[in-house]
Amino acid sequence: MSQHAVRPTPASPTPPGGHLLEVRDLHVEFRTGEGVAKVINGVSYHLDPGETLAVLGESGSGKSVTAQAIMGILDTPPAHISSGEVRYQGRNLLDLPEEQRRQVRGKEIAMIFQDALSALNPVFPVGWQIGETLRQRLGMSRADARRRSVELMDLVQIPGAGGRLGDYPHQFSGGMRQRVMIAMALAMEPKVLIADEPTTALDVTVQAQIMDLLADLRRNLDMGMILITHDLGVVADVADRIAVMYAGRIVEHADVRSLYRAPAHPYTKGLLNSIPRLDQRGGRLSTIRGLPPNLMRIPSGCPFHPRCPYVQQVCVDVVPPDLVLGDGRTSACHFAQEVRDDRAG
Amino acid sequence: MTAPASSTKIRGETLLDVNHVVKHFPITQGVLFRKKTGAVKAVDGVSFQLRRGETLGIVGESGCGKSTLARLLMRLEKPTAGRATLAGQDLFAASGGELRRIRRNMQMVMQDPYTSLNPRMTVGDIIGEPFEIHPEAAPKGSRQRRVQELLDVVGLNPEHINRYPHQFSGGQRQRIGIARALALRPEVIVCDEPVSALDVSIQAQVINLLEELQDELGLSYIFIAHDLSVVRHISDRIAVMYLGRIVEIGTEDEIYDRATHPYTQALLSAAPLPDPDAREHRSIIRLTGDVPSPADPPSGCHFRTRCWKAQEICATQDPQAVLRAADPHPSACHFAELRPAL
Repeated sequence: MSQHAVRPTPASPTPPGGHLLEVRDLHVEFRTGEGVAKVINGVSYHLDPGETLAVLGESGSGKSVTAQAIMGILDTPPAHISSGEVRYQGRNLLDLPEEQRRQVRGKEIAMIFQDALSALNPVFPVGWQIGETLRQRLGMSRADARRRSVELMDLVQIPGAGGRLGDYPHQFSGGMRQRVMIAMALAMEPKVLIADEPTTALDVTVQAQIMDLLADLRRNLDMGMILITHDLGVVADVADRIAVMYAGRIVEHADVRSLYRAPAHPYTKGLLNSIPRLDQRGGRLSTIRGLPPNLMRIPSGCPFHPRCPYVQQVCVDVVPPDLVLGDGRTSACHFAQEVRDDRAG
Repeated sequence: MTAPASSTKIRGETLLDVNHVVKHFPITQGVLFRKKTGAVKAVDGVSFQLRRGETLGIVGESGCGKSTLARLLMRLEKPTAGRATLAGQDLFAASGGELRRIRRNMQMVMQDPYTSLNPRMTVGDIIGEPFEIHPEAAPKGSRQRRVQELLDVVGLNPEHINRYPHQFSGGQRQRIGIARALALRPEVIVCDEPVSALDVSIQAQVINLLEELQDELGLSYIFIAHDLSVVRHISDRIAVMYLGRIVEIGTEDEIYDRATHPYTQALLSAAPLPDPDAREHRSIIRLTGDVPSPADPPSGCHFRTRCWKAQEICATQDPQAVLRAADPHPSACHFAELRPAL
């Protein structure tokens, strides 16, 4: 059993009314027949209106599970939130009964998913699916819902929206389907939009269109956006702040420019060094040795220590706390400063 | 190995020669009497050469025909028209024993390491299966040893020969797929999106492995991917495909630094760079709309419906991938020109 250090929210100025959304020291376990997988081990982050927080991590790092915990759509069982808070406008969502939780979901915090084709219902026209939320939640009449659906489809720049209300999801291209999903998410005018790998299934020219659209909407509607992704390129393009996750922890949290200029966690540094670059050829890629850990047997001390080039005895013995590096940066590494200042690695 | 490998690498003779290959999938209507009502032009006249020891990258968006091209070269699909030779032998005319002999020389690595390995077979059986089909490649007694050698070559523990695919991670499974492709000592390996299902930190390991194997064994790769950065990293030459055709082909410098086809330029400009400081001074060419259906491609130049340079001539005359004045590499655009420096 690894112990968890107390993980405060990274030091950045808290606005007078508190943050719009704040996750505090969240712990999630998956209890399966084979044992307990510790999927989230003390995650804290926050989001303010109009900003984009990127949550970056590889598969199994816990980035999507955190989002599902915020939305209250975790499959329980096997998932179990063992401790922590999700505060939205000052209220802890985890304490709310399901009925009140439902009022927040979609209306205040909405989510879009990676695979729009499986997230949409194949047997109903898209206009009906966008309008369903409006009829159910706002009690709109069918005619009003229809009118509003067209407005929403215009908002997400689906050409000829009025004529496409009756079309089914399979009649749309991948990019257009993702726009339909975004239109559905925006139906209730949420203040927080969680985008879980929104462009991973799309081609690069379409990806650029969708990321542009999301950026415009975020600006115009003053939404906070949590962008969950594994793509270091997309993050560099759109994010304000970035939280890097590994084995269910945030290992580094920084504004996007300082992080790319001088990563302060060996894992972040390893990731940045291991991606091939479009603007240069280069020889062998540097790699991160080994594999991500099995979440049922997370290594002692720092979970990254078996793969880390900076590893020392202390890393095996002691869970590193979040070292504050100034400018609101934190890094969960015993040698954060050395790593940041080591430009050679 | 150091940086500018492409210019210094000595390339051998042409190994694979592909000429005007076409694959049209018929669209039919009716249940009993199937009437052909159209055709999906997945590959619509593709020509290129692959030389010994080189890597040809093929990039393009989904639906551009890059995977169909791979399947044609593997003879998993029958071409509608065209010719291809591998080491002088006609790839499309061969059948029976001759086809088997040709196939020994060309193997494939698939995209998804989760579905391309049979979950009921041990790793040893998966990698050794090619020897069942080609018994002459390894005598029965030596097969186990050969499989263990292959595991070692791709960086897996030879003692794991009796394990099953689910006991391996994604990156390790892709190594198993690579070992299987190497079993018959082919000269050409077609890699169809070999790293796109893998995590970033694992991608680099597999790319490095492919490069090491190429250096050691003198392999030639056809490397199909949609990730432009990965393709630049591994390829000596690159072909850019759009709606079943190669629109531009050249060395990695020619494509990435001196592209003359508007589609290539748009594709490159849209790829996100892992550099937040580049955000402001990048000028992204925004393409509007989606790729048209390959069942009904635009007349003339297939790209003209999304192209900002399109003129009359683009609708009437099909631009050929020939050398253009702008830069000496083939580009299928009437108005090929370098993108002005920013």
